[in-house]
Amino acid sequence: MPSEIRRIFDPHIHMTSRTTDDYAAMYDVGVRALVEPSFWLGQPRTSPASFYDYFDALLGWEPFRAAQYGIAHHCTLALNPKEANDPRCVPVLEELPRYLLKDGVVAVGEIGYDAMTPAEDSALAAQLELALAHGLPALVHTPHRDKAAGLARTLDVLRESKLPPERVVLDHLNETTVGPAADSGCWLGFSIYPDTKMDPDRMVRILRVHGTERVLVNSAADWGRSDPLKTAHVGEAMLAAGFDEDAVDQVLWRNPVAFYGQSGRLRLEAAPPAEQLYQGNSVLRGGE
Amino acid sequence: MLTPLASLRTGLELRLTVESRAWLHRALAEAADTKTGAGTTASATGADTTASATGPGTAENTAGPRGLPAWELHFVTAGRNCRPAERHAQAGHDVVDAARVLLLHAAAPGTDTVVRLYERGSADERRAVLLALPHLDPPPGTPRALALVEDALRTNDTRLVAAALGPYAATHLDAHQWRQGVLKCLFTGVPVDAVAGLEHRAAGDGELARMLTDYARERSAAGRTVPEDLHRVLRLARFENT
Repeated sequence: MPSEIRRIFDPHIHMTSRTTDDYAAMYDVGVRALVEPSFWLGQPRTSPASFYDYFDALLGWEPFRAAQYGIAHHCTLALNPKEANDPRCVPVLEELPRYLLKDGVVAVGEIGYDAMTPAEDSALAAQLELALAHGLPALVHTPHRDKAAGLARTLDVLRESKLPPERVVLDHLNETTVGPAADSGCWLGFSIYPDTKMDPDRMVRILRVHGTERVLVNSAADWGRSDPLKTAHVGEAMLAAGFDEDAVDQVLWRNPVAFYGQSGRLRLEAAPPAEQLYQGNSVLRGGE
Repeated sequence: MLTPLASLRTGLELRLTVESRAWLHRALAEAADTKTGAGTTASATGADTTASATGPGTAENTAGPRGLPAWELHFVTAGRNCRPAERHAQAGHDVVDAARVLLLHAAAPGTDTVVRLYERGSADERRAVLLALPHLDPPPGTPRALALVEDALRTNDTRLVAAALGPYAATHLDAHQWRQGVLKCLFTGVPVDAVAGLEHRAAGDGELARMLTDYARERSAAGRTVPEDLHRVLRLARFENT
C-alpha cells in the first residue's frame, strides 16, 4: 500500500478570506482541523468595534462554515502588529481579556512585529502578559521585512516575559531564522506560499536538518496569492523525500494538536477518526 | 412529574464525566448564590472559581475580567469544562447547551444581563441564551428578548436559527416574522421539527400557505425538488389532515 497523508491540521489559515470551494478541497486532501489567527484584513480597520465583529465571526460564523465541511475550526485572537500602530485600534486591548475566555480560542495571536515600532513593543508585551494570565499559548508572527533583526528583538521580548518558550510558536520562519528560533526552545512555524515565504521542497530540506519535532507547517492562506492546500503539498514532498507516514502525521497533525492542546480547549470532534479516512469516508461533509 | 429543566438536569448529569459533573454542581451552586445575592466574582483576588477544570491553564481562575460574576465565567467556559463521558461523545454540543441553560436559569439574571450575555457571546453562548428564554424566571423584558430572537433569525447559522424558533418565538414573534422564520428553515435545511408550536401557529394560516405555495412553484420551475417539510407545513396551513 502506498504511503499517504492520514490527516492534516492547518495551524494557521485565514478562512474568512476563503470560499466554500476551499473548504471542500481542503477536506478532500485530508484537512480535518485548523486554527484561524486574527490578523489584518487588507483594508485597515478604524475602530475597536470593527475588531469585535471580526472576533465574533471567528467565534461563530466561521466555525459554522467549517463544520459544514467536516473541519473543526479554532481561532487565536489579538491586536495584530500592523494595527497596533493605529491609536484608533489600540483600545481593543481593553476588551481582549473577555474574548480570550471563549471556548474556541486556543492562543493569543498573531502578535509580534511588523515595522518594529515602540507601539508594537507595547502591544507585544501586553499581549504576552494576557497569554500568561489566560493559560494560553502565543502565536508570534515574525516580520516580513528585516526578518532576522525582527526575530532577535522578538526573542528579547519573549525572554523578558514569563511565558515559557514551549508556549510560543514563532511563525513565518525560513532558512535564515530557523537556527536562532530553534535555539530559543520555542515551536517553529513555517508558512508555505506559492511565491514568497517557504515552498514544499525547501521545507523538506529544513525538516531533514532540524528534524520533525516542534515543527508546525501551515498554509497561512489569506486574501493574497496563497494556497490552502500547501500543507498537503508538504506532506507529499515529505513522502517523496523518504519520510514515513508517521513523520508526516507528526508534522501535519500531532505537532499542532500538542501545541494548541496546551490551551485545554481543542475540540476535534468534527474531525472523523483517522482510520475512516483510509476509506475516503465523507460522512461528515454536511449540508449535502 | 419533573419540570422540563429538572428533566434536563437529570439527563445531563447522566451523560457527563465525573469531573464535569463536579464542575456542574459547583457552577450551579455559584449561580444560585448570585440569585440570592451571595455571589462571588472572578476578580483578581485569587478566588478559585474554575481551577480544577481548566487543565493546564491554571491561571485562568484569576484571568477573568475584574468583577465578572463567577457564574458568568462558568457560562462562558462551559464548552471546555462540561464534557460528555466517552460513551456519549456525540452529545458534545447538546451537553454544553444544557449546562448553559441550567446556569442561566439558576442565576435568574435580569434583562440587562441576558442581553449582554447574548451580545457578547460566541455563537454557542448566544444559542444557549435563546434556548433559555422561555425558562427564565423572572422572564426577560419582551421587546428586548424578542430583539435577540430577531437578531438570530437574521443570521444564516442554522443552529442559531433553530434555537431562535423555540417556544419563546412561538409565543411572542409576530405573524410576519414567524412566517419568515418558517420559510427560512425550509431555505436553509433546518427541519421544521425545530419550530416550536408549529401545528398551532401554522393551522389555518392562509398567508403562510400562499408563501409556501409560491416557494414550491419557484423550486419546481428551477427543476429542484420540493422538501417534504414544505408539504407538511402546507397541509397544516390548509387545515388538511396529516
